[in-house]
Parts: sequence; structure tokens; C-alpha cells
Amino acid sequence: MTGGEPLLSVQGISVAFGAVQALAGVSLDIARGEIVAIIGPNGAGKTTLLNVISGFYHPYEGRILFQGRDRTRLRPFEVASLGIARTFQNVALFKGMSVLDNIMTGRLLKMRGSFLLDAAWWGPARRQELEHRAFVERIIDFLEIQAIRKTPAGRLPYGLQKRVELARALAAEPTLLLLDEPMAGMNVEEKEDMCRFILDVHGDFGTTIALIEHDMSVVMDVSDRVAVLDYGRKIADGTPDAVRADPAVMDAYLGVAHV
Amino acid sequence: MSHTAVPRPSASVEASPLDAALDTFPKLVLDNAQRMPGRPAIREKDYGIWQTYTWRDYADRAHAIALGLASLGFARGDKIAIVGDNRPQLYWAMLASQALGGVPVPLYQDSIEREMQYVVEHAEARFAVVEDQEQVDKLLSVRAQCPKLEHVIYDDPRGLGRYRDAGLLSLADLEARGRAFGAAHPDYVEAEVARGAAGDLAIILYTSGTTGQPKGTMLSHRNLLATAKAAIAQEGLTANEEVLAYLPMAWAGDHMFSYAQSIVAGFTTNCPESAATVLHDLREIGPTYFFAPPRIWEAILTSVTIRIEDASAPKRAMVRFFLAVARRVEERRLARRPVPPVDRLLYALGQVLVYGPLRDNLGMRRIRIAYTAGEAISPELLGFYRSLGVNVKQVYGMTESSALVSIQRDGDVKLDTVGTPLPGVEVRISDAGEVLYRSPGVFVGYYKNPAATGETLDGGWVHSGDAGVLDRDGHLKIIDRARDVGRLADGTLFAPKYLENKLKFSPFIKEAVCVGAGRPYVAALVNLDLGSVGGWAERRNLAYTSYTDLSQKREVQDLIGAEVARVNASLRDDEALRGAEIRRFLLLHKELDPDDQEITRTRKVRRGFIAEKYAPLIEALYSDAEYVKVEVQVTYEDGRTGTVRAEVRICAPDAAVAGASRR
Repeated sequence: MTGGEPLLSVQGISVAFGAVQALAGVSLDIARGEIVAIIGPNGAGKTTLLNVISGFYHPYEGRILFQGRDRTRLRPFEVASLGIARTFQNVALFKGMSVLDNIMTGRLLKMRGSFLLDAAWWGPARRQELEHRAFVERIIDFLEIQAIRKTPAGRLPYGLQKRVELARALAAEPTLLLLDEPMAGMNVEEKEDMCRFILDVHGDFGTTIALIEHDMSVVMDVSDRVAVLDYGRKIADGTPDAVRADPAVMDAYLGVAHV
Repeated sequence: MSHTAVPRPSASVEASPLDAALDTFPKLVLDNAQRMPGRPAIREKDYGIWQTYTWRDYADRAHAIALGLASLGFARGDKIAIVGDNRPQLYWAMLASQALGGVPVPLYQDSIEREMQYVVEHAEARFAVVEDQEQVDKLLSVRAQCPKLEHVIYDDPRGLGRYRDAGLLSLADLEARGRAFGAAHPDYVEAEVARGAAGDLAIILYTSGTTGQPKGTMLSHRNLLATAKAAIAQEGLTANEEVLAYLPMAWAGDHMFSYAQSIVAGFTTNCPESAATVLHDLREIGPTYFFAPPRIWEAILTSVTIRIEDASAPKRAMVRFFLAVARRVEERRLARRPVPPVDRLLYALGQVLVYGPLRDNLGMRRIRIAYTAGEAISPELLGFYRSLGVNVKQVYGMTESSALVSIQRDGDVKLDTVGTPLPGVEVRISDAGEVLYRSPGVFVGYYKNPAATGETLDGGWVHSGDAGVLDRDGHLKIIDRARDVGRLADGTLFAPKYLENKLKFSPFIKEAVCVGAGRPYVAALVNLDLGSVGGWAERRNLAYTSYTDLSQKREVQDLIGAEVARVNASLRDDEALRGAEIRRFLLLHKELDPDDQEITRTRKVRRGFIAEKYAPLIEALYSDAEYVKVEVQVTYEDGRTGTVRAEVRICAPDAAVAGASRR
């Protein structure tokens, strides 16, 4: 872990849906340049935590600091413009649009639009689109999806849709990338590919990554640090090896006799 | 660096002086850079855009790499492994090593670690230039077994930022080192190029080998240049050709077409964006000169057939009608008989309605010359493309002959022969029926394997290992691998590959293996084409979960049964092979895979291995059993192994025959 101020600091947040306490006083720091995995059994509150960070939900208590500034109550598009991009557990692409266009939507926040100029495809509008297209082409090359550039996203197999989602998130040039179960429903080979892409994104762009994952071997391989949630509480936080040996984690995963 | 080429309006472009001084590839490239600096030499689709490099760029980039290699102590005679998809940088690295008197050794990019280790170790490569992280990982993991390998140089730095292994450096770093070296040693590369001679080794190509360990075929500059020039002269190739370099760089064909001929004739080589985009890139480039092994021609035909099946009924009827017209016309043309006026009119109409649009759609509109090589192709398949107006011709050759022995000449094509020998090539048939040839392109020998060299090379004549005949007009006809041709128990001639190619003409059959030597009848193991059979099943609302499941559906077995019956019917016209009908077949429960060593990396069936691995299945084909249980080891792409269990049904071409033969 690097010293100094964390990139993202979640401080004692609690979220409830009616009587269900989804998160209870969870704190988590993510340092610049880290890969942090958030794990836990079903219903532990992992996705809720991600949704809070990306502004879909707002906590009723606690604070979120990003790059040292309080931004607890920002809305999703404001969070996005701060440099936080995410992918979703259930793929959320524009199914009828081509892969290329889907990824281009990731650049929207970077585009300075003028309706008339865009419509006329003239001057700065044209130059801007070409620049963004060139950037998107680098991502397409990076994620090795050249062959499906023009394919409608809805026609792709699931594993590739996940990759396109990652591409769209990368197109926003995020400082912090949130991945919600990037490997759910993939076969071994697709998982290995995705692992490699995650490590490459981290290695080549220096992106800080927080990911939720169920597959323990993946988690242990890619992450620098693992945070474990159970029933809305954080029960462990440390290096993969330390977490693996933690008795509380073993209880949560393997189960103990609750009398 | 990359800029759009400006064709110079000069006559020198066309005139390629076959100067004795230009006796190596580096010298020829320098000459090209002098004579036609602005013409495109090689293109690569990168970031979605075709980047063009001229002959000037080609020479400059190779020069930069050569300086970098020299700075690392690259000596004359050093071997350099080249691994990756077809990339300009890798072709330049080949040229760079040749400029320094070294020998490039291209490897198949999908080789697994153990195969890669064998070649790198056997070739004693001190250097390796590879495309990306995937190849770097493989080389680093076998490095302990390859003590001679000192430097691994990569082009694409993605994912490699964290690597700290000794001797690993990027191409950019290599060129930076080279600049410093070049400043201290001016004209170093030029002097090394001048020392090169025609007799120097130009390349070692490891043949994938359907038996045993691969052998390193050594070819000299003289071998490759003589062969390239002979073919260029016969085929009338010019500096205006466009080729697509998409077949493995380790394959002799790619080396001949994308490297040797491109440099000698000065035409443009185009590198596709990735292996998955080849058919798309083909359409964008519209090559004038194109080569593909039969499996690619088959794959294209299959995709066409699927699309025709999916089209609306009137369109389907129209396409079928005009394809039938084209077949009739082509048959008459090949037989050199006049085409009736009605057909001539219909063909012209078909040209507008079907053939032209189809050729355009496939990226074959500009093709002047296309080749099929590497394996026998069925006459039906060849006829299909020729009838559409695509000038596909058969080529025969092998690594040992610098890729080429014979080519069908324009206007003198017979569908079932591989044409006449190239100028300078002598062909004769041994008493045992084996094809022998002698030419300036004949290889120097197998690297560090004089025993194998002695077996193959006999007084300048190469034993091809193929059984063949020369017909009245001097056309060479290849029947099969010499050792594969056999006889049934009753003495009937049995040529497995001939039957397999007929089977593979069906869009539903991807691969087939026929057995029958010494047996009472011929039987076949069939591999479905998952794409087309899957589509067929979908159209019939036939649910299936996997390849294995699909292969054991009765409906699918009946479908293939009809295809087998069709092959049997076509055999009845052939005197020699009439008795070799396929009486039993089964649908394999898994696809044949190079990772399981069932087919080679160039997708040639490894008969001996299959006979051993599937012995219980083959026995069942000659028993009364209706089902047979199998359990087979499979190797996944990451090298792990697993077991597939299945129950496979023994089928007969049609139900009536099945009942009779089961007795």
C-alpha cells in the first residue's frame, strides 16, 4: 500500500432498505494504484457498497471522500465526471448499438457538444469525434475486440459483452474503476482472459481498481488487498493471505454452528 | 514512418533487374528502396486504420532493428526465433537478422510451450523477436530448458511493464540501443549486407510434421530467390499485386508469398488486424493475389452456404439457379467445349445478379490469381470458385522445395491435377509411385539431422512422400500420402484422403478420417461443422447442449448419412476406386484439436495417432455393436488435461444398408 492520502475513503457508511440493514457502519480506504477486492457471501452488501460509491444510493450516515473531498451526496453523473467508472453485475449495454458506439458512449463526458456543429459534422465537432474515435480504437486494440467492432452488442456472447462493458468504462479514462463481478458466468478461459485484462489495465494505465468477485482463486491472484463483507459489516481487510487465514472469514464462508 | 504511398511514374518500377549482385533478400530490399522508395511495401491494420510502410520504410526499419541486434552481439550464423501473428515488425526482424548474416527461425504462434521449447532449443536460437506478452510468457517459461536463448525482444509492450526478466527488452528499446551503436559504428549493417552471398542460409522452417518431432528445413537465399523468380515469371506477377499475409509466418507458403515474392517482385503485403478479422480485412484490401489452404476455401464456402440457406425463398432460388448455370458453363470451359448461347446469356445475367456481388462480398473481386495449397482440395470445391470467376489454381509444393513445385497454368487447368512443374523443376515418379523432384529450390538439408536429410534427399532428388501420377499432358496428379495409400482386404485400392476430401465438401462436415487398409470395407470417423450443423438444428427446432450432444442426435446422424451416401454415389463413376465405398461411419464426440495432437497446427490429420487413440472406436466400426463407449483425454488451451466420456453410435449411410450389413 502506498502512504499518504487514500484515493477513496469510505467512512462508517450505513444504508438501509426499509427494515433491511444493507450496510452497517462500513469503512474502507482505497489507496492510489491499488487493486482491492470486495468479497462476501450473497447478500453481504457488496453491490450496495459499489452503488453507494458510484452515487446510485446515498447512505443515511457516514461520509465518502474522493481525492480528499467530501462527495457523499453526489448523483451518478457527477460521480462519473469525477473520474469513477463502473461495470455492472448484469451487463448493461445498449443492445442494438454496435460495440464501437457503445464504447463511444463512454467518452460522452469528455465531449464538448454543440448540437448544431455535431449535426453538421463540421469543424471542431468533426475533429473532436476523430480524436475520441482514435482513443476508443486504442481501447479496442487493448482489449482485443477488433473483430466485433461493428457487431451489435446484443448479439455477442456473454463473456464478450462483459469485455465491452469494461471497454466502455475504460473509455471514460477513470481514476477509479469499479467492477461488479467482472467474471460472473464465465468459463475458465474467459476468466483467465479477464484477469489478464484487469492486470494489464492496472499495469499500463495505473488505474485504481475495486472489484467484487465470487471466484476466490481469481480474487487471490489479482488483488493487492481484500475486504470481506458479511451481513452488511466489514469483517476483515488485509492481504489475500491474511484474509484467507482469518477465522472470521472462514466462518462466513464455510459456516459455523449458529445456536 | 507511415505515410501514404505516392506511386512514382517511373519505368524502373516494373523492370526488375535480375542482377547477379542482388543475391540476398537484404540486398534486394535495399535495391527496392532505391528504385521505388515511395511504393507501399507492407501495410498493417492498426487501431482500425491501414498503416502503410513504403520500401524506404521497410529498409529503414529493418536497418534500425539490425543495429539493435548488432549492439547485443548478434553474430553471423546466429539463429533468431520469430514468433507472432503476421506483423510488419516481425518481417523486418527477419530481414534484419538476414542483413547481419543470421538465420531467422519462425515458429507457429499458437505452439504450446513444449513445442516451442523443442524448436528454440534445437535451433540453438540466441535471440527471439516476438509479438506480445502471450509469446513472451511462453518463452520465459521454457527458458530454463533453452540455455542458449539470451535475448527476448517484444513488439507490443502491453502487460509487460511489470516484467523484470534479464535479457527481455522491447523493440523500441532495441532500436534505441541500435541508434547509439550506429553512431559509433557507421556503415556496420551495410558492410554486413555486402558480405552476404546467395549460398548463405536464409531461413530454417520447422515442418509441423505429421509424424515425430519437427524437422528444421534449411533454405538458402539462392533456393528461395530461384523459386520466387520462376513463379513470378510464369504467373506474370508485378509490383502492383496486393496480398494478404494471414497464414502462419512459420509456414513455407507465407514465407514465399508474403516475404520472398513480395521482395523480389516489389508488391505489397497486407497484415490483417487480428486472426479473427481476416475475412473482413480481406474485403477491405481486395487482394489481387491470394492464397489459402483448402480449409479456408471450405470455410468460406460453408459461410456462403449458410447465408444462402438463411435467405428468403426467392433469393435462395435465384442464387441456386445461377450457381447451377455457372457450374455448367465452367464444366464446358474446362473441357474446352463451346458454351451454348442460352447459357452464355444466363451467365452474363448471373454475373450481374449473383457472381459479381458474391465475389465482392467475399473480397475476391480483384483477384487475378488465387492459389490453394498445403493439402488436396476436392474438385467440387475448386470448381465452385472457378465457376464464380475466381481464378483459383492448385499449387503443389512443400517446405523442402521452397514451397513450390508445380502450379496450374492459366488457361490449362484440370480440376483434379496440381498442374505442370515450374520452369527449372524436374518431376518424375518412382517405381513405387512416389513423386520425386529436383530443382534449384531444393533445400540444403535438415538442420542437425543428416539421417533425415539422407532419407529425403537422394542425389539431388527429393522424395516427396506423396503418391502421384503424371498424365499425358505432363500434369501432376497427387493421389495421397504415399504411405497412406492402401488396399482393402479384397485388394481394392483405398486412398483415404481422396475420400475425406469428398466428405469435407459437405458444409456439415469439418473433418473426416477414413480407415480401411486391410479391412473388409471403408469406414469413416466424422467431425461435424458445429456452425453449420448447429444452424441446421436450430432451423429444425432441434435442441442441443454441446458438440457431443449434437453429434449423437439421430437427425444429425441421418443428415450425415445422406452426405456419405452422396460420396458413395460419386465413387461409382471412378473405375479404380469404385469398391471403396464407405459402409459405416460414426460422428466423433469431440472436435479434432491440435492441442490433443490429433491434427497438426496446419490442420492435417495425424492418422497414426488417431488410429491409436481411437482404436476402440475403429474396432467398433468393424463389429456388430451399435454403440461404443469412449473416454478420451483432452488438453485445454492452458495446457491442463481433462477427460471426456461419451457413448457413440455406429451409423450406416442409410437405414436400409445398415439393416443389411448388420445381419
